[in-house]
Amino acid sequence: MSTIQKINRRDFVKLFGLTSTGIIIGCNISSDRKEFIPTSDENSFSPNLFIQIHKNGNITLMASRSEMGQGIRTSLASAIADEMEADWKYIAVKQAIGHEKYGNQNTDGSRSVRTILEPMRKMGATAKMMLIAAAAQKWNIAASDCKADNHFIINQKTSEKIFFGDLIDVASKMPIPNENTVVLKKVKDFKYIGKTLKSVDLKDFTHGTAKYGMDIRIPNMKFAAIARCPVTFGTVKSFNSSDAEKISGVEKVIQLDRMIPPVGQFFGALGGIAIIANNSWAAFQGKLSLEIEWDYGENHSFDSEKFSEILTQRVHETGKLVPGSRGNVAKAFTDAKQTIEATYQVPFLVHTPMEVPNATAWFQGNKVEVWAPVQDPQTARAEIAHFFEIPIENITVNVTFLGGGFGRKSKSDFVVEAVALSKKIDAPVQVVWTREDDVKHSFYHATSVQYLKGSIDKNGLVTGWLQRVALPSIVSSFKPLSDYASGFELNQGFTNNPYDIQNFRLENVKAEAHLRIGWMRSVVHIHSGFANNSFVDELAFEAKKNPLDFQLALIGKNRIIDGKSDYPFNSKRMKKVLENTAKISDFNRKRPENHGIGIAIHYSFYSYVATAVEVSVINGNIQIKEVWTTIDCGLVLNKDNVINQLEGAAIFGISLALFGKITVKEGAVEQHNFFDYQMTRMKDTPKITVDIIEAMNQPATGVGEPGVPVMAPAICNAIFNATGKRIRTLPLFEVDFEI
Amino acid sequence: MKTNLSINGKRYQIDAPEEMPLLWLIRDVVGMTGTKFGCGVGQCGACSILVDGTLIKSCSMPFSFGIGKEITTIEGTTANLQILRESWQECNVPQCGYCQSGQLIAATFLLENNANPTDEDIDNAMSGNICRCGTYTRIRKAIHMAAAIKNQG
Repeated sequence: MSTIQKINRRDFVKLFGLTSTGIIIGCNISSDRKEFIPTSDENSFSPNLFIQIHKNGNITLMASRSEMGQGIRTSLASAIADEMEADWKYIAVKQAIGHEKYGNQNTDGSRSVRTILEPMRKMGATAKMMLIAAAAQKWNIAASDCKADNHFIINQKTSEKIFFGDLIDVASKMPIPNENTVVLKKVKDFKYIGKTLKSVDLKDFTHGTAKYGMDIRIPNMKFAAIARCPVTFGTVKSFNSSDAEKISGVEKVIQLDRMIPPVGQFFGALGGIAIIANNSWAAFQGKLSLEIEWDYGENHSFDSEKFSEILTQRVHETGKLVPGSRGNVAKAFTDAKQTIEATYQVPFLVHTPMEVPNATAWFQGNKVEVWAPVQDPQTARAEIAHFFEIPIENITVNVTFLGGGFGRKSKSDFVVEAVALSKKIDAPVQVVWTREDDVKHSFYHATSVQYLKGSIDKNGLVTGWLQRVALPSIVSSFKPLSDYASGFELNQGFTNNPYDIQNFRLENVKAEAHLRIGWMRSVVHIHSGFANNSFVDELAFEAKKNPLDFQLALIGKNRIIDGKSDYPFNSKRMKKVLENTAKISDFNRKRPENHGIGIAIHYSFYSYVATAVEVSVINGNIQIKEVWTTIDCGLVLNKDNVINQLEGAAIFGISLALFGKITVKEGAVEQHNFFDYQMTRMKDTPKITVDIIEAMNQPATGVGEPGVPVMAPAICNAIFNATGKRIRTLPLFEVDFEI
Repeated sequence: MKTNLSINGKRYQIDAPEEMPLLWLIRDVVGMTGTKFGCGVGQCGACSILVDGTLIKSCSMPFSFGIGKEITTIEGTTANLQILRESWQECNVPQCGYCQSGQLIAATFLLENNANPTDEDIDNAMSGNICRCGTYTRIRKAIHMAAAIKNQG
């Protein structure tokens, strides 16, 4: 039995809430794997990817992953359209609700394309074969005498052609071809894949008609704002809401208890005092008018500056040895001509997507419906089922457009808040966070302190590398007392750095969490990318070598690591992106006075990136003048989208390098809004050149995140090149260049 | 008491406190959601609108400011906004799209007052609008393209 199937009409309407006309075919892919699951019973077949071809020729595909600016809807559409030989203008994308039937929908880790590309292509090819079979039957010729071209099937004998839509009646009665007979197109024949395609959502994005979470409007819905304790996990001791209740538009004030998740899963919600109003602004005003006495709890004593000092002390002592260390670092240091030490620090950071966290929920007895900008709708659904004891099948999570996510919207605390309030007031309610709420109550990107020691022999080659890492773990957010970085975090650029060093020792150093820790675009790679590339630049300088040649030598001979994986590390590809960036940036060209150039490489989400940055430092002012980036991300689905993502990643990286710093005093985050947690703006934006290495025969790998980790080190290396000043602590706005 | 407000050429009868910011009036009372909330303190420009042709951050201007004036939002149309929409699409500018309402309105204001902006003019006019996805280089390109189209026509 084939694994791609036609879908029973009645089931289709039930499952997808769409009209059931035309051909509907679906397939089922398992969670994180690209294989099809064989299904043996048509009645139990539950597709998680599907396409529908309508009689007017329109093609609808269901996007199971959230769109947050990474272009996934367009990328997946291009794969279907290419294999179908469809005309791009007939393609439409519908967003799937959160449901386990779609497999893993968690949109993170730059893996959407990686995991569902092949099934998408096979479905497109299957649909094409059915249309061809229908046309062949009409013309009474062999299928091999027909071909598909731009939404028509062509009779190659007579050059007659039939529009896709006109074949639907016959094609829908055709059996689904056996999967073994489905032939995918060759790279050279791609019409859309790897080419430049415009976003399928451009019209809505430019007319204000795209519906984000905050744009959901339901009759009789209320708006809510929540005052949360400034200290993580603090609770309400007492409150006075008499002033808040006088505000026009405020209808109710409700105390919301903290929702504590079971250990090992979910994120819960912080609780606080909620203002229910008939508009967002009244809710915000009401919140500001509350007088609340808090019980700050045990995180009250947390001070991020002191914490950095403690971590700095700890990384100067031996930590826990991490598997993957090799050789004898101590001996390498003893035998070396020279050893070099450095300590690097990255502060806490926060995502600040332009659309703040928000969710609209309607609790109706034994049924819950939610509309929210979530990266992980299934976890949202599971959390609702857990906290409100509702059968999971009675919970619908509608995924809206996300006004940016960057990892923040993979936690569904704001969804849980909305459901809790809707239950209490028995009406639909939209919880809206203020920007201050977002800055002060996030799941923060961890701070880190790292100590590195390296040795160089008389030829200027690196003989030993010791790295100690202290960073509060993301695991602490769902498993308290996780005081060391976890294996998956260390596997982001620490245990798997691209360098061929014989004596390598990695040590894990204790770092407790006093804030909720989460993942932010490129996650722990921000720490590894910064320290690794900065330290290599320091070693190159001490060895009196050109940093580019030094990096190339460190990547070493051609080798493939972990050959059993679908995505083994290939040092040749790493060197190729570096060499390309050196070429397009004309790296060795002498720069004008007060200008400098720096380079950084990083391997993340199975993609290879090298970036060069030119800066000027004049009268203490740093200006990023130009950025050159090369990526090898294997098969490219939408070239212009890859370029757009890398341009955006450069800006994201510049923001964190120049301005990113969250500080905590007496347990409370000190920053408020964009005036004290600043972003890169148009005036700070350099010229950005992005080059993509042609690797269409390699599997598609991550695009949304890999451009971020290289930015801070490339900028700092450029500053060193311009000024001789070495930056080891981010961000740059705190550095005084006048001294 | 109901007060008249004119948005995109259409009149609305509104009953709301005079100090309510135009942003929330437009979004939560009138129900037009194209104008976005980003910071609430006039720092990010997501809420940009035109009031009698002047660029305003609607999160920081009260209802009373808009009374008797003509408001243009992203749902509206002016000749420059239309050209900019086309160049925005041509340059494939948006990523998440959320800030683009404000970016387009700020760019409309720029083109209304400067038919042929330089890079420096664009820096000055557009630095009040944050794009967290980082589409600035494309916004710059799209504004230049719109100016060129306009000057040809």
